[in-house]
Amino acid sequence: MTSLPTVAQERPYFVTYSHEMEEPGNLDIEICNAVGKPPGANRFLGSNIEFEYGVKTWWTSEFYMDGQATANDSTIFTGYRWENRFRPLLREHRINPVIYVEFENTSADKALREVVGHDGVPDFADPNWLARQDKEREIETKLILGSNYRGWNISENVIAEKNLSNDPWEFGYAWAVSRPLRLAASAHRCAFCTERFQTGIEMYGGLGDRYSFGLHRTSQYVGPAVNWSAPGNLTLSFSPQFGLNDYSIPRIYRFGISYEIEQFLGIFRGGN
Amino acid sequence: MIRRLPMLLMLVTLPAALMFATADGAWLAQVPAGDHQKNNPYEKQPDAIAAGRIIFEEHCAKCHGRDAEGVKKRPSLKTERVQHQATEGDLHWLLLNGSMKKGMPPWAKLPDPQLWQLISYLKSLHE
Repeated sequence: MTSLPTVAQERPYFVTYSHEMEEPGNLDIEICNAVGKPPGANRFLGSNIEFEYGVKTWWTSEFYMDGQATANDSTIFTGYRWENRFRPLLREHRINPVIYVEFENTSADKALREVVGHDGVPDFADPNWLARQDKEREIETKLILGSNYRGWNISENVIAEKNLSNDPWEFGYAWAVSRPLRLAASAHRCAFCTERFQTGIEMYGGLGDRYSFGLHRTSQYVGPAVNWSAPGNLTLSFSPQFGLNDYSIPRIYRFGISYEIEQFLGIFRGGN
Repeated sequence: MIRRLPMLLMLVTLPAALMFATADGAWLAQVPAGDHQKNNPYEKQPDAIAAGRIIFEEHCAKCHGRDAEGVKKRPSLKTERVQHQATEGDLHWLLLNGSMKKGMPPWAKLPDPQLWQLISYLKSLHE
């Protein structure tokens, strides 16, 4: 039997989480990259590979491995993260909350999967050998709120992160909206049907920390986002993002590719 | 104590019996009246049925089988309940909300027109 193309219906967001969970039993493998050139520092490529598994309909678990390459410097493994998302309400509501809890152990990370506190351009000034001495063992929590309305997805994240050393709580946010280019599906199979493309806008940034809450000395980004659900369970995503102040990297180009394995454990059990 | 035994047995077995009685199709009783009466804008349209078949194969067939007759513990969609007892509005409500305790995820991430196309296909299976 030929394999059939699948519309994965992933949202085109790189930083913002929607309330939609991974289907139970499915494993999503994704590589996300961020390319940027901070003023006064070297160009970098931050990258991570994610393994996202649907444990239950209401519980998704994800493991990340991060790395980065900096021009005129080095390429290094920067650490790992393990996150879990829990959906407390078992029905679809106007606004759907999801609780996110993550442990991360990273250093010199440049994947920029979230921006919190006073993260900004100065963090990119140090060479890798120096930056990786600053170990970040952190607990990160998010309140994810998501809504689907007439084909639009609206997602908001409120982020609170605590370094397990004696640093204060840091805060951040992310929000995004997106919509497929066409809501109804085509009556024939096609790789480039408009319903396979989703476009949207994503914005995120830091909100300071416990002692200096607000936008002062924080970085803020906004940009359009697009993805294409290609045949063969692949989704390709792209987003150019723009820094909104001098504390932000002027431009970050993000691109990602994900592959979904349906009913992953069934492969080993000999299921179909 | 012996006199109380039947009462105790009843207390233990009644909830279990009720659970079994409502295990399949209990969701039907939970559908609000407004959703129950919703009409499918694509009802019996050949293009919608064709599109719904593609959506089914892409999202549903892995669990419910390519022929919709169920896989292992995942139920058949050709049953009397799905084909006749449930209205199209009922199925729309189920797809939107899922039945998360039983492992059926919500499909609210699919746009509404695609849910209705999928329902058109499901309802065509008995014909």
